[in-house]
Amino acid sequence: MLKYIARRLLMMIPVMLGVIIIVFTLLYITPGDPVDSLLGDDATPEMAAELREELGLNGGYFERLGRYVTGLLHGDLGIDYATKEPVMDRILQTFPNSLKLAGCSVILALVLGLTLGIISAVKQYSAFDNVAMALAMVGNAMPNFWQGLLLMMLFALHWKLLPASGIGGWEYMILPSITIGTSSAAAIARMTRSSMLEVIRQDYITTAESKGQTEFKIIVFHALKNALIPVITTVGIQFGNLLGGAVLTESIFAIPGVGKMMVDAIKARNYPTVQGGVLMVALTFSLVNLAVDILYAFVDPRIRSQYK
Amino acid sequence: MQKEMILEQEEIIVKKRSQVKEVWRRFRRNRQAMVGMVMLLILIFAAIFAGVIAPYDPLQQDIINRLQPPSAAHIFGTDELGRDIFSRILYGSRISLTVGLIAVSISSVVGCALGAIAGYYGGVLDNVIMRCADVLMAIPSILLNISIVAALGTGLQNVMIAIGISSVPAYCRIMRASLLSLKDQEFVDASRAAGASDPYIIIHHILPNSLAPLIVQATLKIGGAILSCASMSFIGLGIVPPTPEWGAMLSTGRDFLRDAPHLTAFPGIAIMFAVFAMNLMGDGLRDALDPKLKN
Repeated sequence: MLKYIARRLLMMIPVMLGVIIIVFTLLYITPGDPVDSLLGDDATPEMAAELREELGLNGGYFERLGRYVTGLLHGDLGIDYATKEPVMDRILQTFPNSLKLAGCSVILALVLGLTLGIISAVKQYSAFDNVAMALAMVGNAMPNFWQGLLLMMLFALHWKLLPASGIGGWEYMILPSITIGTSSAAAIARMTRSSMLEVIRQDYITTAESKGQTEFKIIVFHALKNALIPVITTVGIQFGNLLGGAVLTESIFAIPGVGKMMVDAIKARNYPTVQGGVLMVALTFSLVNLAVDILYAFVDPRIRSQYK
Repeated sequence: MQKEMILEQEEIIVKKRSQVKEVWRRFRRNRQAMVGMVMLLILIFAAIFAGVIAPYDPLQQDIINRLQPPSAAHIFGTDELGRDIFSRILYGSRISLTVGLIAVSISSVVGCALGAIAGYYGGVLDNVIMRCADVLMAIPSILLNISIVAALGTGLQNVMIAIGISSVPAYCRIMRASLLSLKDQEFVDASRAAGASDPYIIIHHILPNSLAPLIVQATLKIGGAILSCASMSFIGLGIVPPTPEWGAMLSTGRDFLRDAPHLTAFPGIAIMFAVFAMNLMGDGLRDALDPKLKN
């Protein structure tokens, strides 16, 4: 198992290098010189050259890329143009907020999605099933930024129950987590339902029933465990959506996370911050996918045996 | 002999037609899919006839009547510049459908071509293409879209290219998987023995056999593309005002959330309507095209 994890971690290196090259290239070809926008119209060519040198913007494509990758190996993601702080420091300030938001959203999506999915499968074609699946389809189609605005309008502006924006205690996480988590909950609910429906028709469930097991035990210990593999895959895929959704949701709820930092940085042509942010998100996403693959092994002994 | 061949050809044509009919029959029986299709037809109708149905010019400002709630004169109300929201939503459907169709066309053509090359030729080419796909898949699509739009600039054309590129890996994988399962089949060998070229084999023999998952993916992705376009416009990195794009309309409406909630309500419903229609259609097509669910 350790060997498998080590191999997967090694395989992540070329992927991350690819991400670095793609994002670096995209921002390299972006029109407009950040030095011009930083110095304004009064700048002399000497001042521009000095600042270009200071920010590492001198030299050709390969020279700059080489310098960026070398810096990365030393934990240096460059300097934020606006605050003149190292990008790494900015990411360390903002990343915990994004992680907290993504964590809360995953928990909400899992609890809601699994509960609705299981009940819908057990009570197939009941009123509950129909309503839950209709809601799941609506949740899937609803743009989360619109949902965020609706929630803000109702719970913060109209009923004044929760804070509208910013960061503070856990109450600040409720509306953003619902905003991001709903569509993932919908996807998990649909997958759980279809996966459970396949499992509960199998012979060993009938055997468990004939042995007099309670319905709860059959669902949780016999059916759910076998139905979990496709659900875990969905959760892994959804985590990418959650990270992506954070970009919009952090902007709506003014949460100082990596997503909001990147959107602000793109608008201000603050490229090192954008590069650092994308790299951090891609790294997190790849690590979550690895964690998902490891989780398969814990849930399914057949997969575990393949890892040895 | 010749007569027999003609008969055989006729039989194949009849069989082909009946296969399409069979899929249509299964699709028609699926109530949700039919609802999705009707919703999509409404959307297409609105997009084509926006110029006839819209009561006002979507760009015409009327500052005196700004932020009016829904009324007989303006059924969806007016926005912060007094423009008729209903007219803007009708014109916005043109943009959303265009983005959906073109972005999906870009990603499906490029993705299928790359997936076909990777699957058919294998080896180093396969490795290079699939590792590039892995890299693109490691970046959440909205971030990739934003980065591409930052490089190319905002605007309809660049948004479509960005969304198209970020969806390429999904098609690439589907096409490659189909190719791997089909390329060693006897009918491909037969065609090769008859002297057919590689592109001919891929286009005439393999592609038709891989169409089902590609059609489902494309239908579902149109909804995703509409949503992505709206998301990018919402944060100001997609289609910029005054173009009547639903996401951009929602974005400007956010400043008037307390006093004029209709500014955000109607564009939101429009986006949901379009995505919902495509999801229902996609699910319906998946079920109709799935041979396991034939009976």
